[in-house]
Amino acid sequence: MVATPEKPNTDKPAYKVVGTRPVRPDGVDKVTGRAEYGADIKLEGMLYGAVLRSPHAHARIKRIDTSKAEALPGVKAVATHADFPKQESGSLDLGEGSANPLWLVENVLAGSKVLYHGHAVAAVAATDLHIAEDALALIEVEYEVLPFVIDVREAMLPNAPILLDDLRTNVRAKGVDTPKDVPTNIALHMRLEKGDIEQGFADADVVIEREYTTAQAHQGYIEPQNGTAFWNRDGQLTIWCSTQGIFSVRSQCATLLGLPESQVRVIPKEIGGGFGGKLTVYLEPIAAVLSKKSHRPVKMWMPRADIIRATGPTSATHNRVKIGVKRDGTITAAEVNLAYAAGAYPGSPVGAGALCALAPYDIANQRIDGFDVVTNTPKTQAYRAPGAPASEHAVEATLDELAEQLDMDPMELRLKNAAHEGGTNSAGQPWPRIGATAVMEAIKNHPHYTSELHGEDTGRGVALGFWFNGGMESSSSATVNSDGTVSLILGSVDIGGSRASLAMQLAETLGLTLDEVHPHIVDTDSVGWTGVTGGSRTTFAGGWVAYDLGEEIKKRVVERAARMWDVETDVVSYADGVITGPPDADNNPRSMTFKEIAKQLQRTGGLIAVSATSRRNTQGAAFAGHIVDLHVDRETGKVEILRYTAIQDVGTAIHPSYVEGQLQGGVAQGVGMALNEEYYYDDEGHVVNASLLDYRMPVANDLPMIDTQLVEVPNPGHPYGVRGVGEAPIVPPAPAIRNAIYDAIGVRMYDMPMSPRRILEELGPQNGSAS
Amino acid sequence: MQAVKYARATSVDEAVQMLRDGGDVARVLAGGTDVIVLARERRRDIDLFVDIKHIPDLIGIDYQAGQGLTLGAATPLYEVYNHPDVKAHYPALVEASHVIGGTAIQGRASLGGNLANSSPAADGIPAMIALGGTAHIAGPNGRRDVPIAEFCTAPGRNVLETGEFIVSLSFPDPAANSGSAWERFIPRNEMDIAVTNAGVYLALDGDTVADARVAIGAVAPTPLLVPAAAEALIGKPLTDETIEAAAEAARQAANPITDMRGTADQRRHLAGVLVKRVLNKAAARARGDE
Repeated sequence: MVATPEKPNTDKPAYKVVGTRPVRPDGVDKVTGRAEYGADIKLEGMLYGAVLRSPHAHARIKRIDTSKAEALPGVKAVATHADFPKQESGSLDLGEGSANPLWLVENVLAGSKVLYHGHAVAAVAATDLHIAEDALALIEVEYEVLPFVIDVREAMLPNAPILLDDLRTNVRAKGVDTPKDVPTNIALHMRLEKGDIEQGFADADVVIEREYTTAQAHQGYIEPQNGTAFWNRDGQLTIWCSTQGIFSVRSQCATLLGLPESQVRVIPKEIGGGFGGKLTVYLEPIAAVLSKKSHRPVKMWMPRADIIRATGPTSATHNRVKIGVKRDGTITAAEVNLAYAAGAYPGSPVGAGALCALAPYDIANQRIDGFDVVTNTPKTQAYRAPGAPASEHAVEATLDELAEQLDMDPMELRLKNAAHEGGTNSAGQPWPRIGATAVMEAIKNHPHYTSELHGEDTGRGVALGFWFNGGMESSSSATVNSDGTVSLILGSVDIGGSRASLAMQLAETLGLTLDEVHPHIVDTDSVGWTGVTGGSRTTFAGGWVAYDLGEEIKKRVVERAARMWDVETDVVSYADGVITGPPDADNNPRSMTFKEIAKQLQRTGGLIAVSATSRRNTQGAAFAGHIVDLHVDRETGKVEILRYTAIQDVGTAIHPSYVEGQLQGGVAQGVGMALNEEYYYDDEGHVVNASLLDYRMPVANDLPMIDTQLVEVPNPGHPYGVRGVGEAPIVPPAPAIRNAIYDAIGVRMYDMPMSPRRILEELGPQNGSAS
Repeated sequence: MQAVKYARATSVDEAVQMLRDGGDVARVLAGGTDVIVLARERRRDIDLFVDIKHIPDLIGIDYQAGQGLTLGAATPLYEVYNHPDVKAHYPALVEASHVIGGTAIQGRASLGGNLANSSPAADGIPAMIALGGTAHIAGPNGRRDVPIAEFCTAPGRNVLETGEFIVSLSFPDPAANSGSAWERFIPRNEMDIAVTNAGVYLALDGDTVADARVAIGAVAPTPLLVPAAAEALIGKPLTDETIEAAAEAARQAANPITDMRGTADQRRHLAGVLVKRVLNKAAARARGDE
């Protein structure tokens, strides 16, 4: 039975720094152009690298002859797959997902086969980029072109072209037989199951089943991938790059190059967007090999066409959802079948997609099957809530149809089945305090939802979204300077304002102002191991470390004050940056500010410098709910978004402006996936829209003002109640838009993107293209 | 991109000389917003850029009532759409010039360049065809004039011979009680290539159409003038029926392909939709309603 959800606890203490909106510490450098990105690097004797890429979607490499390229004046090194040590199959942690080194190195530079159009085949370092590009044209590659497969459903068929000869299906589904020892493109079949699904459907009054497809969408970060490497003659390798995780780059490069991690130093440059796409390495190991061969620093960056063709988009998917409900709206059973294209090598986010699909709802009987399928397309990589938008889209869209059939308000249907504390998720784990109900209530009561909608061919849609958020490990150190300021040393690169959000948590803990805490991001040799900036984990995990550092500093400051006053530590207290002790012998009150004691540290026992590492798995899940109003032009099929409201349980908003920015950014990318973004393959499996002109991400004037409402249900597993916020908001836009299109013109869309062409086709001859 | 030579011409004759001497690997550089991309992506073998922006008269706008409009071929778009006479008499040019590239591009890009690039989806060309424009060309064999409707010959190809370039573009003075309009369809609201575009010129005599020109783009290997659409209108009252007949003529004339930017069916359908929309807009302007 569905329990009545309890009202979650949204109380939070009064903070001084947390919850304010100060100017970010890196703001001035970024707006004045002084911030240093990977492309700004110039080193003495530096060479420029360029990559030769496959013109075929699938081919065997018979022969590579680089001799003519090597002979070109100005060329200092040429690299192919043969320059990398042989890898064994295994698993390397990338933060949001993992990589098999065997496949990772093949993706960096192809071995015996190319598996997608744009797959890297060879690379050149030369004294300038033009020479490097000329040299690429001199590399002779003999290919045996093979049949290819782009579509995930076709790739699953028994007669499909096989990408990886050694691949066999890993079955992680109870009750499913392991298939015979035959080559396949299906890398994984996984299943989540609870309750009695047959009984659940038998108990239902209404059952509907629908199929959906989603398209490959690229993260669309504006800054190109880049990597500069210098392999010193003593075997020390230094890498400068734009990445979401310096330690992840270090471990990938050390593994692929056969170096000890201690010999690889990764220096992060500022990052111009990642969204999950900058977790894996592409150019860094190539630049390293070219540097090793040329004994000079080698700088590389990707042209936009290469970024679209050869760096990770998210999966194209084909999904089926069947849901049964009682007349009163109780969901009795749900069956979800997800097929995700992994691209050239296994590793689509189908597992996360499966765990997220039904997460916002408490459904007793459910079964979720997930398939990870290789295709002749670029290897997919994490993209903001990896895997969640596709699976949740299928569920949110189906719920909208159920609400219509039950003649129920779509939010009422969701509220009736909302996930809640004490219930369990699809993996059977109990939910801690979550904000699903709070978000649903907030939608229902929002003036946007209750407002009248005017105009012909306008419609309104709502949808929910869920993302787990990550915990993982972060490390930091902090030093108390003699003037009372504090330096905070970070291993997390700053994508979404984490310098500010982490420094604010340390300032709050110490009772200081943000100006008194200076965050500084350093390289892999200068701070303890820290996970990637991804999984919406940084402000959570880094905040825990900042809190721990602050508590340790407070403890030591109290000890010092006790020693200076010659009293026991337990009679000294620390609050709001002031240390207070018992009155002195003359009964005068005794206290010192943090600044006052900082000045005296050196001559009372030494400065205070502390380090901390935190690994906590108490991250809080995020629920998002969006409302959209839109207009459809029946003559052209174009959707215009009129009004958008994004509501989300954000735990505690450390810096509300950045939290709102995360919600708005998620919506922008979700709208792009919903309306126009897709890879366009020609008959030969070539990606032909590999430019920002033809890969149609929304531009500023495609989006309305995106209103946000922050629902704060503090995470009980964090000292400041932080939940991750960045990923959940990419999930609801597509189903909300899809549901609104139906409301506007009575057309149900099952394929994404819901582009003008598709809407025209769905509208049919009376309105559409066959007139 | 490979290394290229750059030469600045200061007269039409000098430019002709430079282009002739440069042969097939010499290209005219005006704003450079198309040709530099071609060179950078190595889609054309280019050894020499001849910069024509410094030739007198290549940049400038001259309108004489009763005579018409002359644009220097390299006149940047922002000068075109901000010019009061262009705004008053050639709204279709303003509408097209406004959407070619972003603001920064519009400071360099020109209608002459848009024509010379000869893209089937060029935004400026259907507007210029609808306004009855003429390209004035200079070359080794002297000067010649070509109607803009006949300028493009295939995607990226046109009537220019080696050594020839466009010096200026001219447009007749629109009749009294006339209007023009241009529109395109793109899936986004900016920074996109037209799936289909359309430009019209319409002159009214009372309720009757006295003169009309209809042009459509991105629906054939070159931008198209559609005489049948004009015939469906001229001498007839402007009604929903005659507008639909013109739209049908545009759909019939369209010969589109399916590619990443749109399908053939979608483009043919949009040719009709856009022709209707620009005819209504031009008619409102002709009547002084706008």
